[in-house]
Amino acid sequence: MAVISPPELDPELDRAPRRIAMRQRLGRWDVKLSPYLYVSPFFIVFAIVGLFPLAYTAYVSLHKWHLIGGKGAFVGFENYAYVLAQPNFWIGLRNTFSIFLLSSVPQVIIALVLAVVLNNNIRAKTFWRMGVLLPYVVAPVAVALIFSKMFADSPTGLINTLLGTVGIDAIRWHAGVLSSHVAIATMVDFRWTGYNTLILLAAMQAVPSDLYEAAVLDGANRFRQFISITVPMLRPTIIFVVITSTIGGLQIFDEARMFDQTGQGGADRQWMTVTMYIYELGWGAQKSFGRAAAVAWILFLIILLIGLMNFWFTQRIASSGTTAGKKKKR
Amino acid sequence: MTSVAMIEQTSGKGAARAAARRRKRGSVGSANRRPGWVTYAILAVVLLISAYPIYYSFLLGSSDAGSIARNPIPSFIPAEHFFDNVSRVLNSDIQFWKALSNSLIVAVVTSVSVVFFSTLAGYSFSKLRFRGRRQLLVFVIATMAVPTQLGIVPLFIVMSQLGWTGKLVAVIVPSMVTAFGVFWMTQYLESALPYELIEAARVDGCSMISTFWHIALPAARPAAAMLALFTFVGSWTQFFWPFIVLGSSNPTLPVAVQLLQASYFKDYSLILAGVTLSTIPLILVFALAGRHLVSGIMQGAVKG
Repeated sequence: MAVISPPELDPELDRAPRRIAMRQRLGRWDVKLSPYLYVSPFFIVFAIVGLFPLAYTAYVSLHKWHLIGGKGAFVGFENYAYVLAQPNFWIGLRNTFSIFLLSSVPQVIIALVLAVVLNNNIRAKTFWRMGVLLPYVVAPVAVALIFSKMFADSPTGLINTLLGTVGIDAIRWHAGVLSSHVAIATMVDFRWTGYNTLILLAAMQAVPSDLYEAAVLDGANRFRQFISITVPMLRPTIIFVVITSTIGGLQIFDEARMFDQTGQGGADRQWMTVTMYIYELGWGAQKSFGRAAAVAWILFLIILLIGLMNFWFTQRIASSGTTAGKKKKR
Repeated sequence: MTSVAMIEQTSGKGAARAAARRRKRGSVGSANRRPGWVTYAILAVVLLISAYPIYYSFLLGSSDAGSIARNPIPSFIPAEHFFDNVSRVLNSDIQFWKALSNSLIVAVVTSVSVVFFSTLAGYSFSKLRFRGRRQLLVFVIATMAVPTQLGIVPLFIVMSQLGWTGKLVAVIVPSMVTAFGVFWMTQYLESALPYELIEAARVDGCSMISTFWHIALPAARPAAAMLALFTFVGSWTQFFWPFIVLGSSNPTLPVAVQLLQASYFKDYSLILAGVTLSTIPLILVFALAGRHLVSGIMQGAVKG
């Protein structure tokens, strides 16, 4: 095996199959094909549920396509034109971005601070870490049902009562645009902040303590250490957290749908997200898969665009940072 | 990556040894000192925020509709109606038991399948040599950025053409193997499985697949356990796809619980009793295996 193909990977990999192959001439095909066979399940599944749907969505979006009736006439970009002319589409887009920003910005900040706290030499580490992670095992649907009750509009709702004790008037969480977005963002943060905290904590523990020792000698206080050492060294992990929360945040559905019992996103669509709109077009009254697919493709392009912007942005930061380059090694 | 290895890379072996010595003496860095009560106070507040909403749903789930309307903040001691409410949930038309067993089936089958196929692929990527290995692995990782949810329209078309809508296979098949799982097992086996073991097995005449079965699979056990745990939680809590493809006739637990709100939207004692009921299984799993979940996240992050 190894004799035939040119060596290209690390030496350890080279060594293993050569000896094996000498002993196992009969098993040649076994040796040759097995690796491909072993990795194939992933590619098959991905082709069916990832790659093919993406292309097929584009195809569907160019046709009249009914949930039950199936494929109709080719209509070109008519579905796109229809969707882009709908006020609800733009409302959904606005809501999605608003909820996404309202949830992810505080989430990353809180997770960073919590990770710093947990990074202390505390007693019963595992207990506290588990405590932070606890919400992660609660299903988003359950979280949404619990929180939509806590965020009841009446002055006697739990959150409103708590606000009342500090002198803030009751807020009608389901009525307003911003207030409903805040409530939904809170649900998202409840479930995901702990998870991201642990990811950041892990990265923090990999920061060499020498750096902090040097900073202490230079007279840097804890805050200064955080800004000048922790955050720069964590940059790749922070980027990872931001990207994953972007992909998730732009597809938000569960929490927003469960925020009231009708699942329409409010009377004026105050909190209807793009994914909810896709659902409504495809499985709601219209049953138009063509239009749903058009929205799905637009959303995909937006996510792609933001991903590229993220990449470009972080590249710029990474090249201007001094310590970040070293961390990249991993 | 351990911090020692990190220092070795950045400042050479001597520095690493010096740092290790310093750490052993346990001195200079402020990280080694025990923090004061402020830290614990913050952590306690965070713990309260984490746990209270879950407990809150149990509190409301144990009271009756009337007292919920009167008391916005329920007393900390649960009222006595929990089992009444539970029996009302069980007797409602949401098919709770069916949903529970459906969720269990989906979560278990998905976990087993993800672990098996991911280990298989991870073994191949980390220890076998084949053309295009690196490129394929990069591709696997890149797919993590593709939001599969956006393909739901054609995925639904495919499922309905196969006649799978309303059936559990429609939920299981798309998540049989994940990019994250493949990446995770590749990372783990890279370091945890010595080539000598594989060689020895091959020399003894093992075929490729039996080498995998007898050598790689046992070696992968710790990472496999964590992957199984993650997959279990992820599959138990997912909603969007089961909601679309299964509907209310053959629901998983989140789909069923969601129906409670649609049909009993004023009766929060009933709804939140159902929520509590659906959450209990995973809380139990978390109580038993939470430390592994925690260390899993921590490891995955360091290696990723």
